[in-house]
Amino acid sequence: MGNFVFDLIGKNIVAALVICIIPLVFILPYALIAILGELKIGAWMQDRVGPMRTGWKGVLQPVAEVVKLLQKEDITPTIANKPLFNLAPFIVFIGAFAAFAVLPFSEKFIPSGINLGLFFVFAVGSFAVIGIVMGGWASNNKYSLLGAMRSVAQIISYELPAGMVFLSIATIAGTLDMQTIILNQSGPIWNWYIFGGPQGGAIKFLFIPFFVILFIVYLISSLAETNRTPFDIPEGESEIVAGYHTEYSGMKFAMFFMAEYANMYVVSAIIVILFLGGWSSPFGTSFMDGPIWGIFWMVGKAFFFVFVQIWLRWTLPRLRVDQLMYLGWKVLLPLSIACFMAIAFLAMIN
Amino acid sequence: MERKFIEYDFGRVDSERMRLNVGPQHPSTHGVLRLEIELEGEIVTDVIPHIGYLHRCFEKYCEQMQYPQVIPYIDRLDYIASMNNEWPFVMGVEKMMNIQVPERVEYIRVIFAELNRIANHQIAVATFGMDAGAFTPFLYLFRDREMILNLFEHTSGARLLYNYFWVGGLAHDVPPNFKDTALNIIKTVRATNEEVMRLLMGNKIFVERTVKVGILPADVAINFACSGPVLRGSGVEWDLRKAQPYSIYDRFDFNVCVGSNEIGVIGDSWNRNIVRMNEMEQSCRIIEQAIAQMPNEGDVREKFPKKVRPPKGEIYCSAENPKGELGFYLVADGGNKPFRLKSRPTSFVNLAVLPEICKGYMVADLILILGSIDIVLGEVDR
Amino acid sequence: MVKYFKDILLGFWTIMVGMKITMDHLFQKKVTMQYPERFDPIDTGFMPDNSRNKLFVDIDDCNGCGGCERDCPVNCITVETVKTVPSDGPITIKSGAKRTLWVLKHEIDYSKCCFCSLCVESCATSAIFHTKEFDYSGYDRNELKHDFVSYSDEEKQKKLDNFVAYQIVKKQEDAAKKAADEAAKAAAAQITK
Ligand code: SF4
Ligand code: SF4
Repeated sequence: MGNFVFDLIGKNIVAALVICIIPLVFILPYALIAILGELKIGAWMQDRVGPMRTGWKGVLQPVAEVVKLLQKEDITPTIANKPLFNLAPFIVFIGAFAAFAVLPFSEKFIPSGINLGLFFVFAVGSFAVIGIVMGGWASNNKYSLLGAMRSVAQIISYELPAGMVFLSIATIAGTLDMQTIILNQSGPIWNWYIFGGPQGGAIKFLFIPFFVILFIVYLISSLAETNRTPFDIPEGESEIVAGYHTEYSGMKFAMFFMAEYANMYVVSAIIVILFLGGWSSPFGTSFMDGPIWGIFWMVGKAFFFVFVQIWLRWTLPRLRVDQLMYLGWKVLLPLSIACFMAIAFLAMIN
Repeated sequence: MERKFIEYDFGRVDSERMRLNVGPQHPSTHGVLRLEIELEGEIVTDVIPHIGYLHRCFEKYCEQMQYPQVIPYIDRLDYIASMNNEWPFVMGVEKMMNIQVPERVEYIRVIFAELNRIANHQIAVATFGMDAGAFTPFLYLFRDREMILNLFEHTSGARLLYNYFWVGGLAHDVPPNFKDTALNIIKTVRATNEEVMRLLMGNKIFVERTVKVGILPADVAINFACSGPVLRGSGVEWDLRKAQPYSIYDRFDFNVCVGSNEIGVIGDSWNRNIVRMNEMEQSCRIIEQAIAQMPNEGDVREKFPKKVRPPKGEIYCSAENPKGELGFYLVADGGNKPFRLKSRPTSFVNLAVLPEICKGYMVADLILILGSIDIVLGEVDR
Repeated sequence: MVKYFKDILLGFWTIMVGMKITMDHLFQKKVTMQYPERFDPIDTGFMPDNSRNKLFVDIDDCNGCGGCERDCPVNCITVETVKTVPSDGPITIKSGAKRTLWVLKHEIDYSKCCFCSLCVESCATSAIFHTKEFDYSGYDRNELKHDFVSYSDEEKQKKLDNFVAYQIVKKQEDAAKKAADEAAKAAAAQITK
């Protein structure tokens, strides 16, 4: 597994910086596209046309929004705890950004090919909680506090089913390294884990239902981890105004915003890596495959799941806190444990 | 506010109740309502609604107004269902002056009142979904409401505050394509309702959010003098259109929708909303019958009195508003201005039940219960 | 246990149903109308005839009766008039009736107006009516006050002066008339004596 930047420039500090910057350069346009997608898809699903004024058919709307946020006065409430208040958005963003360190974009490019990739993503994923609690508490606003508390409860409880999903995949793949997991699935489309993984024979069909359930479990818990509808309870604007970022404005709000969209990509990418073969082409190794196509497949598949998240957002109502807990602990966790056990058993007899 | 200190009791921390102001500038208090709530964690232990931010001295003002001038003010009570608002007042004055309005006027009034009922319920269900976090049904329902408002605009000249029912008749005649438009509206409303039933009301998440939330037992509802879908959601079959048929409602065949135990528990938020959904269908039925029976010819203004001067006396006239019973108690002293006009505002009465039914639920439920009561602050504060 | 799985499946199924509906709508025709480019409030493409927008007073048709002022529920109309004098000649309003009052001021305060149309209803000469104009605004509250009388200040002053002068003349005439009457009466009385 190479990293083409190192091949290109050699292993030095410049290369390291370039590698750091590539995901950042990716995030910014991606966030703009995702925001536009959110606006436009939301509008179209509601029989509206959405923003139409900025640029051709409103395609520059997200740019305008970001510029607006940059220009806005940055207000810090006087009774807020200033250091924590100012730090919180950065921590949330770092939590989202750090995950990009191990997300492969193609065969040839992964910022850091550590062999604990999944574990790393899992670890930095919970980083956001710290930032959210910090922001919510430091704002000195009751709504923010409520939102932050809800967020902690939510993210922590949904990490468990997500963890079980990771475990199951790790069991079957025998590794936590993302590139290896993808490599395992390369080849024809039925090598993807959602279709039972690379193993052949009749036993493959026994795997499929469990993988499908795990896939759904992870999809749901990823929604919860990114605070998207139907799990946007921490920021449910009809109840607690804007939750933990009620008091934020201007650039700091934009950081929260960006972190949310970055997180959306991270979880979508992980779904793709775990179940849908990452950067490998659906047409097998012969057609439309290779490092460059890899980027296309990886980003394309991930964007599809970003779309699914947006789609769900404009379809579903919001859950309540206790139902969220019910779903997390009583439905997803038992299901994922059962699937994990089944897969481990099947992998053993295979 | 009382101040409590957290006591450290070697590992045990007494929790503190939090007082939280929901509103007046809160996204989902449906206007400028302030709810002072007390929270134990996420559980609501106490709710005190503070009202009056929109107080406009309606009743006192009306004493300075001639009778026709009162009608624009009445429009602004429950500005979502202005047609229905005007009706009881106009009916009361007509009764006092012994005016028998022409058949055609009665039919047009029924059709417009029912259309406005549909529009109101659309908003109620839409905003209720919005409170639950579902944005999309909101837009679908508003899209249909637009058709109704267009018809109203075409007829009365205004989209929201119609000033259309006048003492003795109607301000304008209906446009020529009125019947087709109304039937078309009904068709669209039915199609969208069916869609909303699947998209929102049938959604498992929504059902889970709303059933067994804010249960209002029938006796409490009656004790609080609730009316409209709030009362019918609790299973009480009380609809002024059936119970004391006014105007020509006795000519139509329609059902009074009540809450049931089918999906939720009688009297919960879900039932209040399904009653609204079903009532839209019943209104469609009434409109269909009314359009079939309506006479084509006739002057809607022929019975206008020269001067609106009801004789000395008093009257209480009420009608079934979309939100419940709206009544006006009118004392006339023989002059051209009401001596006293007391209104029985629906939303105000229904809102009173809120503190009773939302204790022990969560903040998110509180918002939903408030949404399911369907208040309009213009009417609460007057 | 059965209920548990049934609930999960039901939840899953209804979510799918919802997603299908929104997906269908994604490709449907949109209903938004872009306002300044396309403005048809009603499907027919024009405003309804009785739409209640900005008011206009045709001052040539207004006989200054003040009916609109009296019937306005929010008191946003101010009408000031002065009587005509014989020296103005025989003047009529547009509809042909004799003008007895000059309208010196007919001001509508749109910031107060609630567009109830009661003034239109009360005007016997149909001088006041709703136009199709609805998008107007001002930077100042006073900009929303619109006076429909186009006379210059001098003209108004002249009309007032005319009236005052006429008043004086009339007084003198009256006095003269009275004196003449009295004289005639006295003469008559004398004759009868
Ligand atoms: S429309 Fe109504 S409020 Fe406006 S000026 Fe006429 S009477 Fe007054
Ligand atoms: S506009 Fe009409 S009602 Fe008003 S003063 Fe003139 S004539 Fe009278």
